[in-house]
Amino acid sequence: MIKAILIFNNHGKPRLSKFYQPYSEDTQQQIIRETFHLVSKRDENVCNFLEGGLLIGGSDNKLIYRHYATLYFVFCVDSSESELGILDLIQVFVETLDKCFENVCELDLIFHVDKVHNILAEMVMGGMVLETNMNEIVTQIEAQNKLEKSETFIFQSPRQDR
Amino acid sequence: MVASSSSLKLQDLIQEIREAKTQAQEREVIQKECAHIRASFRDGDPLHRHRQLAKLLYVHLLGYPAHFGQMECLKLIASPRFTDKRVGYLGAMLLLDERQDAHLLITNSIKTDLSQGIQAVQGLALCTLSATGSAEMCRDLATEVEKLLLQPSAYVRKKAVLTAVHMIRKVPELSDIFLPPCAQLLHEHHHGILLGTITLITELCERSPAALKHFRKMVPQLVHILRTLVTTGYSKEHSISGVSDPFLQVQILRLLRILGRNHEESSETMNDLLAQVATNTDTSRNAGNAVLFETVLTIMDIRSAAGLRVLAVNILGRFLLNTDRNIRYVALTSLLRLVQSDHSAVQRHRPTVVECLREPDGSLSRRALELSLALVNSSNVQAMIQELQGFLESCPPDLQADCASGILLAAERFAPTKRWHIDTTLRVLTTAGTHVRDDAVASLTQLIGGAQELHAYSVRRLYSALAEDLSQQPLVQAATWCIGEYGDLLLEGSCEETEPLQVEEEEVLALLERVLQSHMSLPATRGYALTALVKLSTRLRGDNKSCLDVELQQRAVEYNTLFQKYDHVRAAILEKIPLVERGGSQVDEEAKESKETAQLSEAAPVPTEPQASKLLDLLDLLDGPSGDAQHPRPLDPTPGSALIHLLNLPCAPPPPAPIPNLKVFEREGLQLDLSFVRPPGTPTLLLITVTATNTSGGDVTHFICQAAVPKSFQLQLQAPSGDTVPAQGGLPMTQLLRILNPKKAPLRLKLRLTYNHFGQSVQEIFEVNNLPVEAWQ
Repeated sequence: MIKAILIFNNHGKPRLSKFYQPYSEDTQQQIIRETFHLVSKRDENVCNFLEGGLLIGGSDNKLIYRHYATLYFVFCVDSSESELGILDLIQVFVETLDKCFENVCELDLIFHVDKVHNILAEMVMGGMVLETNMNEIVTQIEAQNKLEKSETFIFQSPRQDR
Repeated sequence: MVASSSSLKLQDLIQEIREAKTQAQEREVIQKECAHIRASFRDGDPLHRHRQLAKLLYVHLLGYPAHFGQMECLKLIASPRFTDKRVGYLGAMLLLDERQDAHLLITNSIKTDLSQGIQAVQGLALCTLSATGSAEMCRDLATEVEKLLLQPSAYVRKKAVLTAVHMIRKVPELSDIFLPPCAQLLHEHHHGILLGTITLITELCERSPAALKHFRKMVPQLVHILRTLVTTGYSKEHSISGVSDPFLQVQILRLLRILGRNHEESSETMNDLLAQVATNTDTSRNAGNAVLFETVLTIMDIRSAAGLRVLAVNILGRFLLNTDRNIRYVALTSLLRLVQSDHSAVQRHRPTVVECLREPDGSLSRRALELSLALVNSSNVQAMIQELQGFLESCPPDLQADCASGILLAAERFAPTKRWHIDTTLRVLTTAGTHVRDDAVASLTQLIGGAQELHAYSVRRLYSALAEDLSQQPLVQAATWCIGEYGDLLLEGSCEETEPLQVEEEEVLALLERVLQSHMSLPATRGYALTALVKLSTRLRGDNKSCLDVELQQRAVEYNTLFQKYDHVRAAILEKIPLVERGGSQVDEEAKESKETAQLSEAAPVPTEPQASKLLDLLDLLDGPSGDAQHPRPLDPTPGSALIHLLNLPCAPPPPAPIPNLKVFEREGLQLDLSFVRPPGTPTLLLITVTATNTSGGDVTHFICQAAVPKSFQLQLQAPSGDTVPAQGGLPMTQLLRILNPKKAPLRLKLRLTYNHFGQSVQEIFEVNNLPVEAWQ
């Protein structure tokens, strides 16, 4: 099971936080800080696996992370997940983001974090892997966006809606 | 900008936040906006509610409070618009969990949306349900989800299957509903549905042996699905780096592992396929390796053919040499899983594992450490410990504790000689003394104590180590103890096994003085040093009153004054500690002093610090013989506490106080009386002496008296004077109870007696009535 998915930048600023187990707000922020602390200490040439910190850790959990340019993508998982499989999953996630945003960069994630959530929700549900086929995911997202756009015609306002 | 900021676009807000130069500025911007959002929520503007919530969710990501948006999530979810629902459900997943009251209120909306017919909406509802659905919600909505498993839309079926997994986790009884559809679902072609189905079946099997048995029938079908994946050509749709849907392959392999475990027939069915996957998978990319690892683990876990097992372990061995660190990590993890069941196979790779200790990557060296420790056995212990000691010297600090305790544990189990054991322990204490566990000192002292032939050797080595370095507390404690015990061996003669060492009395005392005065010494360490000094006062010839150091003189004088009173017992108490038994029971020095040996074989096992005595619930007295009650406690093994014991010697009879005695028990000539003493100066202390007399014609033997007091009291029983009360008014048996009553609560006391009298074994439990108030007021 996936316990949490975190995206933060090289300075530890959170760009997306999704927890699949209930934690209080304070604990969530602590987990983000602690994870950043652990992950940012790592060299470039080491493996992508870390034992979890104190908060989201415990002997069963580990952190699996990938570093893309200015962003860390961190999946906290328990021992029922395949480590190498999660690495591939992160890659699929990033490639899907790339497809949806067209050459995704950190700014896209900053200004459209809700869209990132929507995309993630098509891949991981309830802490379990739902779909890994990029085309399926993208098709769904496009259909949903279309649905949203069709609704905005009903509610016109002088300024453009978001 | 004030008027229009209530409908500030999300992007504009984000831009404003980013433009803030300081944390304080950011806080200001956000607080201002949150005030507007709050106002907007109050005014109930439905048009822009979704935008307001989206902004709120953004600031929530940054760590700002957003709980006032919880009810808005509900309203948005209930809206007919997809745009609203999308943000509302996202908000529900981020802001609401089972612990909020608002959480349950979304159940109805979810129910409506599930049966609604627009798959995007159904998808949202299922997603939220699987993320945060409570047990109650799952019970309510189980049949809805079950219906969705038959929906025409593959998208909805896919999500419904995974939601079912969540529901079963929350409410295991729901397995009954979701088990039957699985057979049909396995025939699906859609990979997403298959993936979910495999996950669901796995969950069911892990929860119930009956389900496991049921699904074993599907092994052939699972094998068929996997084979199709493996042998079909490159399918662009689902392939990752040329491997067909590795995620699905891994899930199936995992399920096969569960089904084939301990089951010959199933294992047989999957054997060929596993061999095929193990040999044909492309290992040039990560995806292939993921599948291969899973295959190896499955092979090792089921009843596979011997040849296949060998192949599997060899694959792992190869992976240990892979240049890719991720592969090495997973290889080490996998080997760790196998080290119990296939120990000799894993042993073959020991040299490579040891190599991995030298990895700069902390994750890898940690795994290598765990695995190395698991591979230590009696034939390789010396070589392995050598490697591990080397690792201990250079490893990252967070691994030092584990490494140190691992080495000590392995040394204890496999030490070829006592001397090697002592050397190893000494080296660990010198290298990583601050990271060893608390019992390391006790273990070492026990070890040395038990090796009489090595006393001289040990004390010399420890003395030299101590002289070099006073900072490592466990080492200092062990060394000072040793010097105290065997200081005479240090001064006289020489030891062939160490370098010649000429040590003078003054040097030893000076070193102990340094320990006492060092700012690095913990109070416990100082206790050890003082005790050592005191012990040396009897062991060393020459009166150390003539020592040059004033400090020592002063201490010596202090001790002498104290000991004038108890001088007759000083020698006896400070006798060398006899051989201690493994398991922590030591000779009770007080009992020695009273010239009785306590029956320690029946004493309670391993006592803890001297001050912490067990607190007893009055009503829980002695339900079993498992020693909940207070037995006569043997002396604490840490010699540092011997100091406190010395000062609390009970041999001097407590000064009499005018509290009347109390007869508490009488049966067939055996009588128990209690006498009470409240020593002046200690208002919370009560000393009770239990006296047992026997006027009957038969001896009372195997007499044991146990006591219990309420929780707020602290009770200590001293060793009784004996366990026989001879007949015809023979010598009474006495036992001292020490009771601390810090709260000055009314005293209650329960006693339990067991003994043999007239050929019968007797047990009596009773509460003592009529305790005099002077005993506790």
